[in-house]
Amino acid sequence: MSDRIFGLFGVFLAIGFAVSALTIEESFLSDAVGPKAFPLIVATILGLSSAVIALRPDPEPAWPALGRLVEIVAAVVVMILYAELLPVAGFVTATAFAAGYLAWRLGSGPVEAALTGVGTSVGIYVIFHLVLGLSLARGPWGF
Amino acid sequence: METLASLGDGFAIALTWQNLLLAFLGCFLGTVMGALPGLGPSNGVAILIPLAFTLGLGATPSLILLTSVYYGAMYGGRISSILLNIPGDEPAMMTCLDGHPMAKKGMAGEALSLSGIASFVGAFFATWGLILLAPQLVKIALLFGPAEYFALFALAFMTLGGVSSTNQAKSAFAAALGLGLATIGVDTQTGVPRFTFGEVHLYDGLDFLVAIVGLFALSEVFIFLEHRHGGSETEGRKLEIGRLYPPLSMIKSCIPTMLRTSFLGFLAGVLPGAGASLGSFISYSMEKRLVDKEGTFGTGDPRGVAAPEAGNNAAAGGALVPMLALGVPGSGTTAVLLAVLLALNITPGPLLFTQNPDVVWGLIAALFIANFMLLAMNIPMVGLFTRVLMIPSRVLMPIVAMVSFVGIYGISGSSFDLLVMIGFGVMGWALRKLDVPLVPIILGTLLGNAMENNLRRAITIDNGNWWTLVDSPLAIGLWTIALIGFVLPLIVGRRVKARMHKRRDEEGAISD
Repeated sequence: MSDRIFGLFGVFLAIGFAVSALTIEESFLSDAVGPKAFPLIVATILGLSSAVIALRPDPEPAWPALGRLVEIVAAVVVMILYAELLPVAGFVTATAFAAGYLAWRLGSGPVEAALTGVGTSVGIYVIFHLVLGLSLARGPWGF
Repeated sequence: METLASLGDGFAIALTWQNLLLAFLGCFLGTVMGALPGLGPSNGVAILIPLAFTLGLGATPSLILLTSVYYGAMYGGRISSILLNIPGDEPAMMTCLDGHPMAKKGMAGEALSLSGIASFVGAFFATWGLILLAPQLVKIALLFGPAEYFALFALAFMTLGGVSSTNQAKSAFAAALGLGLATIGVDTQTGVPRFTFGEVHLYDGLDFLVAIVGLFALSEVFIFLEHRHGGSETEGRKLEIGRLYPPLSMIKSCIPTMLRTSFLGFLAGVLPGAGASLGSFISYSMEKRLVDKEGTFGTGDPRGVAAPEAGNNAAAGGALVPMLALGVPGSGTTAVLLAVLLALNITPGPLLFTQNPDVVWGLIAALFIANFMLLAMNIPMVGLFTRVLMIPSRVLMPIVAMVSFVGIYGISGSSFDLLVMIGFGVMGWALRKLDVPLVPIILGTLLGNAMENNLRRAITIDNGNWWTLVDSPLAIGLWTIALIGFVLPLIVGRRVKARMHKRRDEEGAISD
């Protein structure tokens, strides 16, 4: 079933890709092939292979239980917040929280999670910023 | 003679303090990454690319660092295979079969040393093979025009599916997806934006480094979260190494095996689409058929440890041949290494050997040096790396995730790229669940622009005649190989692949 849905999704993706390829505005200075042809070839392969996937599905993969799926969604949300808040909160603070969260969700106790978070963040800051001179996001406190 | 002179120049480049230090660092990190289940050569190298890039290392030093990681991971994978019966990375899968039984018999140290020696032999001969074969391939590649290059790229995609995936349709899907992602951004020939949906960030196209780190490294973090796999594999087990040096007779009995499998592994590595995993698989299978008269393979036969290790290290060297000489990588990790070259604005392929001989020969010399370093690290110091196995993944995975974020942020300094990377991470996780191989996606995003440009150049030269693509004997030959490479696995490959995939889980999607 998963493969059928996936294949169908692929077919729609291919159609969407082909349609938006057809709407590419051509420049008045174009080569013999133009900017549309290659995307259209790719869309054809994408569509054909998706159709084959939908028609001849593999055995069902082992999907995680709902709880585990929520876990992944939560981690994605935390990572998105991390990406958005990085320039606001500064590297060390944001990273300590994000790394601590991940450690906690992977089964660390509260103390160990906090230590992992702070350790990762400070460790990366020292190695990559102070030693190697990589520029990291600066927060209100300058780190 | 000319080759030896170039190699001499290469050693002059590699033997600077900076490059030696980078090779050492690469070997160390590579062995660690190879040893840790969950981090393999392709995601290990992927995490380090943005860092090498933002630190402003030149082309030769970055390549030395990253290929040392690659070679190191090939050594490191065997450690957890032998001690824990869990392959540290995918190519080390076959080493479990005889390595772990040996460890159970109390011969863990001997198995580790023997496999270290086998790795050294494999990598040593493969590096020589690289020196001898790559310049010959360059001579052929110099005859290629745009039409032939287009056919060559098509060949790479079509054969990649044949060995890397159980389902050809899924690998074709992956390749098309990658190529489609590569078309995002301003068209290089006419300057019109394509698939940007008005988003300014997309005008430059998607940064393939962002895609690679997301697909390889972040998706791994999600896999661990899904299984809530937070402990280390060593919990509740004793890691007894015992006697470290095997008796001379044991090494002697394995020498023919090592030499044969080095050759075979190298060939498997050179073939497009095959990588180190296939190298170790066919090496083990051939040796089993050839020398296993008493049926001792699978019960801790030293030759069964030497064969896959020599095979996978030789294949790792062999896979560098098409990557450097043609610019078309044959495996996951070499695709990631290609990204390094592209990010540094160096076009791999035949011209690399004439325009940047310092890069090529410096790299080859560094590989020799790294190989000796790895031998030293992996036999007397192997105890150090077995301790690394005790790091629980609840500590390791947050570090992997954060280092990925730091690397990508370091390149662009924009949150937008981080969001794209998270998107790729989720996509990578879902595709791995569905058993869609990730390597063709990466290869597509890397080669998409070059492929399209060659297509358009070929047809423009011939005034819009599409038949020019199959006009020369060379192009027809390449298309024929591509078609055979695509169709043959559909007919005979099922059996071989079923056996090869039997022991895999989601690792299969990032096979190397």
